[in-house]
Amino acid sequence: MNARHAGRLLTPAVYAVCLIAWEGLVHGFAIPSWLLPAPSQIMAAALAWGPELAANAFVTLRETLAGFLLALALSLPLAGLIAFNALARRSLYPLLLGLQSVPKVALAPLMTVWFGFSEWPKILIVVLVCFFPILVNVVAGLDSVPSAMLDLMRSLGAPQHMVLRRLRIPAALPALFTGCKVAITFAVIGAVIAEFVSAQSGLGYLIMITTSQSQTPVAFAAILVLTGISVALFYAIEFLEKRFVTWKV
Amino acid sequence: MMASTHGQAAGAAASGPRSVPVIALEGLTKTFPGADGRPVHALGPVDLRILPGEFVALVGPSGCGKSTLLRLIAGLEAASGGTRQRYGTPFEAPSHEVGIIFQDHVLFPWATVLENVLLPADILHLPRRVADERARKLLALTGLSDFAGHKPQMLSGGMKQRAAFCRAMLADPRFLLLDEPFGALDALTREELSLELSRLWGELGRTAFMITHDIDEAILLGDRVLVMSPRPGRIVADIAVDLPRPRSVDTAAHPRFQAIKQQIRRLIFERRST
Repeated sequence: MNARHAGRLLTPAVYAVCLIAWEGLVHGFAIPSWLLPAPSQIMAAALAWGPELAANAFVTLRETLAGFLLALALSLPLAGLIAFNALARRSLYPLLLGLQSVPKVALAPLMTVWFGFSEWPKILIVVLVCFFPILVNVVAGLDSVPSAMLDLMRSLGAPQHMVLRRLRIPAALPALFTGCKVAITFAVIGAVIAEFVSAQSGLGYLIMITTSQSQTPVAFAAILVLTGISVALFYAIEFLEKRFVTWKV
Repeated sequence: MMASTHGQAAGAAASGPRSVPVIALEGLTKTFPGADGRPVHALGPVDLRILPGEFVALVGPSGCGKSTLLRLIAGLEAASGGTRQRYGTPFEAPSHEVGIIFQDHVLFPWATVLENVLLPADILHLPRRVADERARKLLALTGLSDFAGHKPQMLSGGMKQRAAFCRAMLADPRFLLLDEPFGALDALTREELSLELSRLWGELGRTAFMITHDIDEAILLGDRVLVMSPRPGRIVADIAVDLPRPRSVDTAAHPRFQAIKQQIRRLIFERRST
């Protein structure tokens, strides 16, 4: 077996060793499943609770995506305003950066007070955690256009909308994707924490309920599904990035 | 003080002594706000006339303000004093009749070579078919036809600069500004592209102003070579290059080439040592 094949097998091998060690420890020390379930028990719970896991995963996924897209729709025009308007930059930007320091998940109980027990408090928490990484990165991206490229556009007498469409937006694309990748990871965390605070469905809710009922294997299965969602969303954005950003800066 | 003036250059004589200069600068100066708040005198006063059909090259040490002068001529920068006229009219802003070739090609990495070359057509709303035809002709002229659909980052440095030349020429500018166009290239590619530019310039018959820190390049391309002093930059010599055209790889071996080069080197280095 050559080195390249060995390298490719290394990661699965590490995972396998860890899982086997985990399984062995749980059985060897007779750890009860409500304290720490073995991987085999988690898999059994995942299969038994399949429909519940899927239904709740769908709710969490919907909240995550709705919040993320809403944050995108809000932050893009704001980023444009801050990048191109000196007054907006001086007035809005410090305010927004100050708000970023507020721990957003701490607002989750307030959201419930304000918006009740619907899906909206969860979506709004997701919006809050996604908004800043996208905004900050897009502003930086719009700012980062090389001055020689701007000179070129000016020398051709290009109007502002042309500079935006032909130069600033494409130049900001890599930064937009960087912001989105950070945001989507936060989005899943935001949705789950909002569900911890108050919910009747979703994976966060399922984790709370099953943990309180000592059904720890189900909670672990839910965490596994959450991790899967998080990774899948991250790679979906990376896939889009590879399609649209074909250059290196 | 002008160290040497051999009368007007060949290109200028052909268009007649009464023709309106493409660019006329009088007492042009530029000062920047310095770090300590006091203004820094960067350039001038500069008097300069560029006549139709001329290729004027300007050499000077780094930081002498030659880039600032080019930006002032392009209309990309506001002057601090003096007057500037383009075709007999005072100007403050860039004109699409002036094509600029920047030092670092400045091709958009997200667009293909052809899309980059067509950029002026999109901005100036030139008829698509005419522009397309012209772009393909320019790409053929510079040997880039096979790379029209490639992204710039797949091209060599020399090819990128050729593509930038095509873009600058697309809108058929009457006047070409070259900002150290081959500064980022290796010595062999520089010389190859200099000769190619000399040939293209001869064929296309435009007026051009180039800044460079390469004396050979300036003599190889120019009808006149202007020498600039260290900051604050002033034009201290205006030397006519009475070498036959078309210039070739053998031009640099011409005794006259060597004499002019020596004259320019003395102007730059003797000034520096005093």
